[in-house]
Amino acid sequence: MRHIISILLENEAGALSRVAGLFSARGYNIETLTVAPTEDLSLSRLTIVTSGTDAVVEQITKQLNKLIDVIKVVDLSEAAHIERELMLLKVRATGKDREELKRLADIFRGHIIDVTESTYVIELTASGSKLDSFIQAIDAGLILETVRTGVSGIGRGERILKV
Amino acid sequence: MMTGAEIVIRCLQEEKVEYVFGYPGGAVLHMYDALFKQDQVKHVLVRHEQAAVHAADGLARSTHKVGVALVTSGPGATNAVTGIATAYMDSIPLVVISGQVPSEYIGQDAFQECDTVGITRPCVKHNFLVKDVRDLALTLKKAFFIANSGRPGPVVVDIPKDITAAKCKFEYPETIQLRSYNPVVKGHLGQIKKALHLLCEAKRPMVYSGGGVILSNGAEELTRLTRRLGFPITNTLMGLGSYPASDRQFLGMPGMHGTLEANLAMQHCDVLLAIGARFDDRVIGNPMNFTSIPRKIIHIDIDPSSISKRVKVDVPIVGNVPDVLEEMLKLLEAGNASPDAEVLALWWKQIEEWRAKQCMKYRMKKNIIMPQYVIEKLYEVTGGKAIVTSDVGQHQMWAAQYYRFDEPRRWLNSGGLGTMGVGLPYAMGASLANPEMQVACVTGEGSIQMCIQELSTAKQFRLPIKIINLNNRYLGMVRQWQEMFYGSRYSESYMDSLPDFVKLAEAYGHVGIRVEKPEDVEAALKKAFIDHKDDLVFIDFITDQKANVFPMVAAGKGLADMILAEDL
Repeated sequence: MRHIISILLENEAGALSRVAGLFSARGYNIETLTVAPTEDLSLSRLTIVTSGTDAVVEQITKQLNKLIDVIKVVDLSEAAHIERELMLLKVRATGKDREELKRLADIFRGHIIDVTESTYVIELTASGSKLDSFIQAIDAGLILETVRTGVSGIGRGERILKV
Repeated sequence: MMTGAEIVIRCLQEEKVEYVFGYPGGAVLHMYDALFKQDQVKHVLVRHEQAAVHAADGLARSTHKVGVALVTSGPGATNAVTGIATAYMDSIPLVVISGQVPSEYIGQDAFQECDTVGITRPCVKHNFLVKDVRDLALTLKKAFFIANSGRPGPVVVDIPKDITAAKCKFEYPETIQLRSYNPVVKGHLGQIKKALHLLCEAKRPMVYSGGGVILSNGAEELTRLTRRLGFPITNTLMGLGSYPASDRQFLGMPGMHGTLEANLAMQHCDVLLAIGARFDDRVIGNPMNFTSIPRKIIHIDIDPSSISKRVKVDVPIVGNVPDVLEEMLKLLEAGNASPDAEVLALWWKQIEEWRAKQCMKYRMKKNIIMPQYVIEKLYEVTGGKAIVTSDVGQHQMWAAQYYRFDEPRRWLNSGGLGTMGVGLPYAMGASLANPEMQVACVTGEGSIQMCIQELSTAKQFRLPIKIINLNNRYLGMVRQWQEMFYGSRYSESYMDSLPDFVKLAEAYGHVGIRVEKPEDVEAALKKAFIDHKDDLVFIDFITDQKANVFPMVAAGKGLADMILAEDL
């Protein structure tokens, strides 16, 4: 099962490698990982997408909580939440493909943010699975580069992760 | 204003550190200079950094204090890693201070530079790189607090050389609060009540306790609770001594080399009370097999991640062991629920049948010393009161099986990582911290050579350790597995070209004794412990080459699948 785990972390050197190291040392998998400081600069917010049985995910959250730099851990996917991921896609855009790519980007509510004679860069923000669909919708031969940020997630409504 | 180096030493004084085990080098010269200028913190100069950490670890295990080691950058730190990993696996509180190249050189492949924080990260409870002298005292305060609270563990503090020269005002807080680290102490009352209910209803209850009971100083509470309940109890390798081994309710050690009665009781109980233990693969055997028999499991542990890690637990209780046990005792006294004596008697009858098989019996041989016999005699000569350290292998198992530990912190060994070479440095740390006690290091001719250089340290500090070398000219445990599972192909397990240990001991300035006949074992031990009370004595017992450790549960098998000595 896919899980989105959100972590509040001390914004200190090496804290991220403790989290990443824990996953590799214990054989847990990381599908995506995003991290950035929060409005409180002493804190980082980290989102990890992982998969595993309930027992494995229970261990992951327990082991994360054990790290001294980890302040709070929550499995977002346990309840109502929102997930978003940003993708930048550079595509070969020539001839009739230019129009087709523009149309597809519109359908997926993406934006073309860079245009040259032969390329577009398309920006798209959506859930991870929607980004996958967009990639599938495009002729694979046209894709030059794919850059994805990994998933960021947040709980809905009053579900708040704060110190 | 004080220099960083002076601040480090001052912090050690504030923490009432009596001994620091270490080895000097370029990056720690300022700290060694600061050590030189005071006499409150004593420094023990080891001969290899691995032994510094092991000795600090031995001190910690035999007391309840934080062990402290001081090593230089680069090779000093990498040599310390085995010691740190050993302590980590057994949850031993240590603060390891390592020197680092000056801040401005970090990342430039400077002389004796290594990424100590990166290398040690997976085997520490936490580590720090100090980047500003103003953070130094607070970092050390955090290190000591983290090391010896919650589930204890080693903490590394890496200090660049320029930080030890920089100056600032010394301020050391009395207490400290970390927003991200608040170990739970009290157990959840509802869970404790649920546990007691299960225990009082049990038909075949069993107590299984591990190293956590010793680390938390919970042996006394464990003993009272177990006696009050009248249940059978087993202590893991790490938990030996937390319940008196000479008591009738004690079934011996469980697991790979556990007793028949302990393993069968673990397997067939209907309610298992696990305390400060972690269902290790060497303890429960194959987890699929173990869980194939239905039983309710109650697990008390301070570390939530130990609960339901390998085996699903029915009643988890997160908390400090003595606090939780005390609460259980209080509830038992207040309530009217008690285990049913008649039902319990039936269970005991079954257990006594298992016990009657005498699984630990071994055959004496004429003219050849049996290793088990040496341990039994060691027990007699020391009155069962010695601190016994061991290395890793057959001798470790025999010491655990045949030296009946009645008290906690008397049995020091590397249970988790299984590090050969710990025995002598553990004995050094234990001997320094407990000068009034007899300290024996049970070892083998393989293990002892992994830290043999420490005979020199032991001489310098006049440590009256008794080394019990069970010398069978084989890496015995490897040989045993090769005999049993590899068609007796003894690949590289024979120890050829052994030194003359008696002469070796003498060369280091100690007393050496060789014993080759069973009838001389007791006299040699008496000579060592009585006549040479204040000397380090190295007794080289030439033991049976074919002796194996039994009972044995082969790796991957279920606990009931035991190979007994008589089967072979």
